[in-house]
Amino acid sequence: MAGSTLYDKLWKDHLVKEREDGTALIYIDRHFLHEVTSPQAFEGLRLANRKPWRIDANLATVDHNVPTTGRDSGIEGIEDSVARLQITTLDDNCDAFGILEYKYQDAQQGIIHVIGPELGATLPGMTVVCGDSHTSTHGAFGCLAHGIGTSEVEHVLATQCLIQKKMKNMLIRIDGKLQPGVSPKDVILAVIGKIGTAGGTGHAIEFAGDVIRNMSMEGRMTVCNMAIEAGARAGMVAVDETTIEYVRGKQFAPTGPSWDAAVKTWRNLKSDPDAQFDQVVEFRAEDIRAQVTWGTSPELVVAIDERVPDPDAQQDPVTREGYKRALKYMGLEAGMLITDIKLDRIFIGSCTNSRIEDLREAAAIVKGKKVASSVKQAMVVPGSGPIKVQAEQEGLDKIFIDAGFEWREPGCSMCLAMNPDRLGAGEHCAATSNRNFESRQGPGGRTHLVSPAMAAAAGIAGHFVDLSKLEVSQ
Amino acid sequence: MQEFIRHHGLVVPLNQENVDTDQIIPKQFLKSIKRTGFGPNLFDEWRYLDEGQPGQDCSQRPLNTDFILNQPQYLGASILLAQKNFGCGSSREHAPWAILEYGIRSVIAPSFADIFFNNSFKNGLLPIVLEQEKIDDLFLEAESEQGCKLDINLESQKITRADGKEYSFEVDPFRRHCLLKGLDDIGISLEDTDLIHSYEQQRRESKPWLFR
Repeated sequence: MAGSTLYDKLWKDHLVKEREDGTALIYIDRHFLHEVTSPQAFEGLRLANRKPWRIDANLATVDHNVPTTGRDSGIEGIEDSVARLQITTLDDNCDAFGILEYKYQDAQQGIIHVIGPELGATLPGMTVVCGDSHTSTHGAFGCLAHGIGTSEVEHVLATQCLIQKKMKNMLIRIDGKLQPGVSPKDVILAVIGKIGTAGGTGHAIEFAGDVIRNMSMEGRMTVCNMAIEAGARAGMVAVDETTIEYVRGKQFAPTGPSWDAAVKTWRNLKSDPDAQFDQVVEFRAEDIRAQVTWGTSPELVVAIDERVPDPDAQQDPVTREGYKRALKYMGLEAGMLITDIKLDRIFIGSCTNSRIEDLREAAAIVKGKKVASSVKQAMVVPGSGPIKVQAEQEGLDKIFIDAGFEWREPGCSMCLAMNPDRLGAGEHCAATSNRNFESRQGPGGRTHLVSPAMAAAAGIAGHFVDLSKLEVSQ
Repeated sequence: MQEFIRHHGLVVPLNQENVDTDQIIPKQFLKSIKRTGFGPNLFDEWRYLDEGQPGQDCSQRPLNTDFILNQPQYLGASILLAQKNFGCGSSREHAPWAILEYGIRSVIAPSFADIFFNNSFKNGLLPIVLEQEKIDDLFLEAESEQGCKLDINLESQKITRADGKEYSFEVDPFRRHCLLKGLDDIGISLEDTDLIHSYEQQRRESKPWLFR
């Protein structure tokens, strides 16, 4: 019999009940909550006269629609009354049920997918869910982690379980050594470019190979974060020393004999050498170059030294029309050089790329330089309070501010523009976030998904640049 | 949850791949703490010429008459025909809420994004996967002058056209059962309360670090 994949093992370990109809009841170890997808779930719970099953499995924060300026004036200072109500509703729900919440002005507030791992609330081997599709981020810790809708938020609150059907197994292996200037963001964009935004539908993706093994936890989180953009609800990486060292000493991580016992089980969180995958896709690291999206889906991506593709070269008529539509929306011409795309705004942040390593990567490019005069706004939004503090201790804030970047308070910010941070119609933005959908960053806004280094370099030059031709100050 | 047994209705064809949840219901409307009120803002960016804001009276807004949902022959449509990877993007359940509130009871496409697919069943919206050839067939029909009306029967898992042509479709037995009866699956899971407790107890003993 073939061995088990990491996903098989996680599934089996959380199986409460298998039903004859092929569904299963899966136990959930960690449930993260935020203000946007939870209010209707709490309301449903109350209407049915139910209570949360296990309070300590839940952890909440406000991130999606919090402003990134004026934090000192508190909730009362939030101008958008609809957003304010959603924020206070989460506060009220968490207070009423005794759920731990990092509130608007708490030092540890931040993007839920950033603070979970940072607090050690994400531990290897857990099932992790949240009413947010980027929950796949936590798979970087050898977790089974995926987004759920509001009905399932209510289901988890009420039962600590989810009704699931087992997904298929997909392995994405990237061997070799990345070229200088090529980051984890480029790796995942290249993967999406190849397999497409529906390539992983119905699958749990395990990312493996030399490149993943040599990647930091921050990098692995960036890769797993965008598994959903490849269609897979869950992305994951096997546990190794890098994982264990990251978790060690975190606030909610076990200590003493409990730590030793935990580490012993965590070391088994990897696929067996003879495990069978339903699909295997392999990449050579040397083939991956810095990536820039040109269209309105993450799969519409090319390397920095390429040109905007020609729709007429597409065979399928629906795809061809999709390309034409994307070009029109983006205001780009087929055949133009990616390095000729000019930027109006720069956004460095989001659950994909707002961790300390991302900020260091961007700061290294920016140091001693100035944002191009043609760029209207360049902003850095750290993923959490602690990251902001750490960056300030390292002097990164000063580097950004001196160059003309704005240094903001933590939140999802311009990734989805639910707060006041947004693009104007027709504006091009180099963004380190995860979705370039029409109007995602503001009505009519034009998003180009890139790595932190590329966003930083584009801010300085005013257009995309080939990082391999750039001098970086260390 | 609203049950789904059989539905007869007009088809509106949305001939685009990768229709994402940001298009289905833009983010500014997600600030609501309610489950209702999203219907008038379904496909807001495509449906109206102005920029939509929460709390607006949408009946006064300028319509984009080029958009398929606004074309007179598709008014009152209750079946949405779409292309591959429909509902990709965020996990917002506001997407099926908006579709349902508009009056759509079923979405037919060659493939769906996983989370949207799952969310639909939880709300009484039936997503149906058909092979691309059948989808192409239906697009021809729905885009023709006479349009296309379908009878969707979840019990027999069959779609019937006005001309009698039939397509059968697959649906997960548990989801089918819940939809046919309009069942709340939390209630079903809570029937296993004892099993969940015993699993949890064993986990608490073997992996105490997972509990605070």
